[in-house]
Amino acid sequence: MSDITSDNMLKEFAPQLERTSNLGKVWIGFLIFGVCMGLFALYTQVTKGHIVTGMRDNVVWGVYIVNFIFFMGISYAGALISGTLHLFHAEWRKPIIRMAEFITVISLLIGPLYIMLCVGRLDRLPNLVLFGRIQSPITWDVIAISSDIFGCFIFLYLALLRDLSKLRDFSELKVPAWQKKMYKILALGYTGTPEQQKRLKHATDIMAAMVIAIAIIVYSVLAWIFSVTLQPGWHSTIFGPYFVIAAVYSGTGVLILAMAVFRKVYHLEEHITLKHFVNVGVIMLVLAAFFGYFTFSEYLTKWYGSEKNDEMLIKILFKDYYLFFIFSNYVGVLLPLIVVGFKRFRSIRNITITAVVVIIALWMNRYLIVVPTLESPYLPIEDAREAWRHYSATWVEWTLTAGGVASFCLFFTIASKFIPIVQVSELKEEPIEPGDITL
Amino acid sequence: MDQEKNQDNNSRRKFLKLGLLAGAGTVATGALLAAGKSLKGESGEKIKVLTTSGEVMEVDKNYLSLAPVGRKESHEGIPGRKFVMVIDLAKCKNARKCVEACQKGHNLTKGEEFMKVYLLQDSEKSAPYWFPKPCYHCDNPQCVSVCPVGATFKRSDGIVLIDNERCIGCKFCMTGCPYSTRIFSWKHEDAYDSKQPYSPEKSVPGVEGTVSKCDFCPDLAREGKLPYCVSACPMGVIYYGDIDEDVVTNGVDTYKFSDLIRDRAGYQYLENLGTRPNVYYLPPVERQFPVERGYDGLDEDIKARYDNTPYVQKLKKKEKK
Repeated sequence: MSDITSDNMLKEFAPQLERTSNLGKVWIGFLIFGVCMGLFALYTQVTKGHIVTGMRDNVVWGVYIVNFIFFMGISYAGALISGTLHLFHAEWRKPIIRMAEFITVISLLIGPLYIMLCVGRLDRLPNLVLFGRIQSPITWDVIAISSDIFGCFIFLYLALLRDLSKLRDFSELKVPAWQKKMYKILALGYTGTPEQQKRLKHATDIMAAMVIAIAIIVYSVLAWIFSVTLQPGWHSTIFGPYFVIAAVYSGTGVLILAMAVFRKVYHLEEHITLKHFVNVGVIMLVLAAFFGYFTFSEYLTKWYGSEKNDEMLIKILFKDYYLFFIFSNYVGVLLPLIVVGFKRFRSIRNITITAVVVIIALWMNRYLIVVPTLESPYLPIEDAREAWRHYSATWVEWTLTAGGVASFCLFFTIASKFIPIVQVSELKEEPIEPGDITL
Repeated sequence: MDQEKNQDNNSRRKFLKLGLLAGAGTVATGALLAAGKSLKGESGEKIKVLTTSGEVMEVDKNYLSLAPVGRKESHEGIPGRKFVMVIDLAKCKNARKCVEACQKGHNLTKGEEFMKVYLLQDSEKSAPYWFPKPCYHCDNPQCVSVCPVGATFKRSDGIVLIDNERCIGCKFCMTGCPYSTRIFSWKHEDAYDSKQPYSPEKSVPGVEGTVSKCDFCPDLAREGKLPYCVSACPMGVIYYGDIDEDVVTNGVDTYKFSDLIRDRAGYQYLENLGTRPNVYYLPPVERQFPVERGYDGLDEDIKARYDNTPYVQKLKKKEKK
């Protein structure tokens, strides 16, 4: 109920920036180890060739592409959630908006790395610019993703500006001199004059709208990479919106998980409450319904029409990938509907567990889109080599996947060591009622 | 019958005009032009050759040395040509000579096949047949559309080629091709170390981390020779020729392409996808060999690839009984 001034807030969050606990150090060490393992796997792949992966001539894209779609998807957490909530002036967004924006920028930096892992000749990446063809969806993707990274970075930075100036002006902060200097430079001389405030608000409003638009474009383009081909499982008109919905959906999942983790680690119980979990949970619920709807219509039409190749794909999905399918497209849709839909199940723990299930389910959903389709081409795969018939990821791919997750966590942890994970400026406590959303 | 023979002779003459059939002393204009560009100076030694218009002329020996066409020229295609292939499924007995000759000609390893032979069966009750599958060099090629760097391209002579020195290996073309035609170089092979200069028309030497596929052997066409698969096939299953000249040959028999397609009900595979392939099939009717002739003599590791086909599964069931 009481107003909390920025300085008080800063005092509260200062310890996060000033010290790292032993456990925190172990955690960072563990993450660095994970990243190094990933780099080792990358070294193996570069020196020995793509033969060390499970990819072969039929399944030419494997978990790398799945991870690419996945990380690009969670980048939606910031873009759509913080952008939309900003535009609608949802007051409750303030404690979680920073996390959402971090998720966006960090996952946007990691996602494209995975598509590069699919590329056989990394040394020739400049060709994408030197000989780029605008007719190719990959070129669309290059343009869209780089605009997205740029836009989201600006959006995040605008939101950081006030906090950076607070950190600069906060004399009690016990951090090394270089770090203070960094705050000073990054704050760009922002002091909060009415003119500056006006401009900042204007810029943030524009960027919030831009970021939403760019994000929708990026994810549609990503979907079109698949749907412009003639492959039976991909050549679908609803892929654009389907991918967009799936992306925001996974984004909310990761946001909830991040909220739960930081709430516990940085003791944010006061700021991030059940209300926030329920509010983001309700967004997740709505998206779950949309996602389920899209998934259903996608497979219903394939199954009902049962064209020869569609039928084969459905058969593989329900035979070889039965458990995957059930988990990703049944559990992953129904669980949020039940847990968030019924008031009595709504607890922070339940919602967090649901979010984790959603994240895994959506990763699997992408796997089901990529791999089984490539395993059921128009001409039947007639090859004696098992690896050519069925894809199974190797240790290199799994290690690089783990390395990506580790670097995501690492960047997130490091970012939270330099910038308060909760926006400190203008944060006011407000009367809260679990379940009420002021969109 | 006589008329037919006449037509045969006619078309054969036409074909000779093309200069595709290379006997001793025959040379294609393409090769002449290409060699002329890449070589300077004359040796003074003249050799008699047959030109495309059927006349004998003398050419300097140096112009006959057939250096591979460079990367730039290979983007353009052989002027005035539009290549086509016809595969007679009634004659195929899966001798695999096309596959082997192609692999040898393109320096491929055992696992890499530009030409693949499938055992297809359209439905449960229909009969299985052998189905050799090169690249279809489509007139509406998905692979070319999706390539982000223009490393795979469509030429004026209808051939779709890959420039392995530009390809970044994103494999988008492989997912774009509905015919599973393309293969990827997953690891370094000794054959890639070959010292011979690279030419997209030869697809040799291969490059690790890039995509390759059947190239319709334009390098051989320039020399006036037929593709490796065509000349290697003991049954004369594969015909190669020019769709504008309306003639195809398997090296022994020469046909008018349009007649062959009309009389034998030629078709394109999965043409409903809108890719407009330049490879036509003649349906497997009145077959010269029963399908098992192509299966029984195979090496075990080749046999194993057909294990999942309905035909082989039925065979195995019978054996068990």
